[in-house]
Amino acid sequence: MVSGVLLVGSSFLASCVEMVEALTIVLAVGLTQNWRTALLGVVAALVALAVVVGLLGPSLVHYVPLDALRVFVGALLLVFGLQWLRKAIQRASGLKALHDEEKIFEREVAGLRAATPIAPHELDWSGFVVSFKGVFLEGLEVAFIVLTFGANSGGRFDLAISGALLAALLVGAIGVAVHRPLTAVPENGIKFVVGTALVSFGTFWGGEGIGVDWMLGDVTLLVLAAVYGGTAWLLTTLLQRRAAASPLSALGGGSR
Amino acid sequence: MRWIAGFGQFWYDFIVGDSIVLAIGGVAVLVVGYALARADYARLAEVVLPALVIATLAFSLRRK
Repeated sequence: MVSGVLLVGSSFLASCVEMVEALTIVLAVGLTQNWRTALLGVVAALVALAVVVGLLGPSLVHYVPLDALRVFVGALLLVFGLQWLRKAIQRASGLKALHDEEKIFEREVAGLRAATPIAPHELDWSGFVVSFKGVFLEGLEVAFIVLTFGANSGGRFDLAISGALLAALLVGAIGVAVHRPLTAVPENGIKFVVGTALVSFGTFWGGEGIGVDWMLGDVTLLVLAAVYGGTAWLLTTLLQRRAAASPLSALGGGSR
Repeated sequence: MRWIAGFGQFWYDFIVGDSIVLAIGGVAVLVVGYALARADYARLAEVVLPALVIATLAFSLRRK
């Protein structure tokens, strides 16, 4: 029950973040080139993603031993989750610029406007590629999370997929309604929560895969989430103080 | 050849990202946990695993 709720919630939130990023790119293509190009890119990317999920999903469950899968997936979730948490901490503490959908939108629009203008119903290949890449790359991250969550929870792909579908419906509906980048989404806050959940699941499943029999069972996930969330908050506070004391100080890390 | 390099670069960026410390640390945590579990210290691993995860995160945020 605990892991089921966490699974749907984590899948939903992770998908929200990635879909907001993808939507920003699709909107830029649709508004500057034309909607036919943007939507064809989206459809092609969704088909490609469905093929990846369709090929990997069943084979993960049927052909890979559960413990090996848990170790592999645990390691991946740990690495992904730690990356999300690190980025969220750096942004929250002011040591890295916040992810600004408005700026990304403007940059994409400027790039596409510089290209040769096309007729409203003509297919523009550069716009198609931008739209396809945006949806496919962001979607791939969601697909990994959904696949690994589904495979590790005893094949409960339904729970993981429903979280992602809910996010797709929500972000898609808002995107259609506003036709603007979703700047109001508290992306960094969501990154904190998802990063914490991914690291917790990674520790839990990775631990089970290497032979740890968690004393508290599924409740361990809540304990881990509380410990990691508290640590992330503490690290953010410490780094904020450090940044305030020394404005020119900079931590390691790029700008991905 | 360029396609293979691009493919490799994509997966490197996708998994390792901008912090090799986290990629190595995430795997190392499980290796240490496995060693503890094999040596009959599975209970200890329940505490050591999260502690190492926190240490990895803190180390990746260090001042350079």
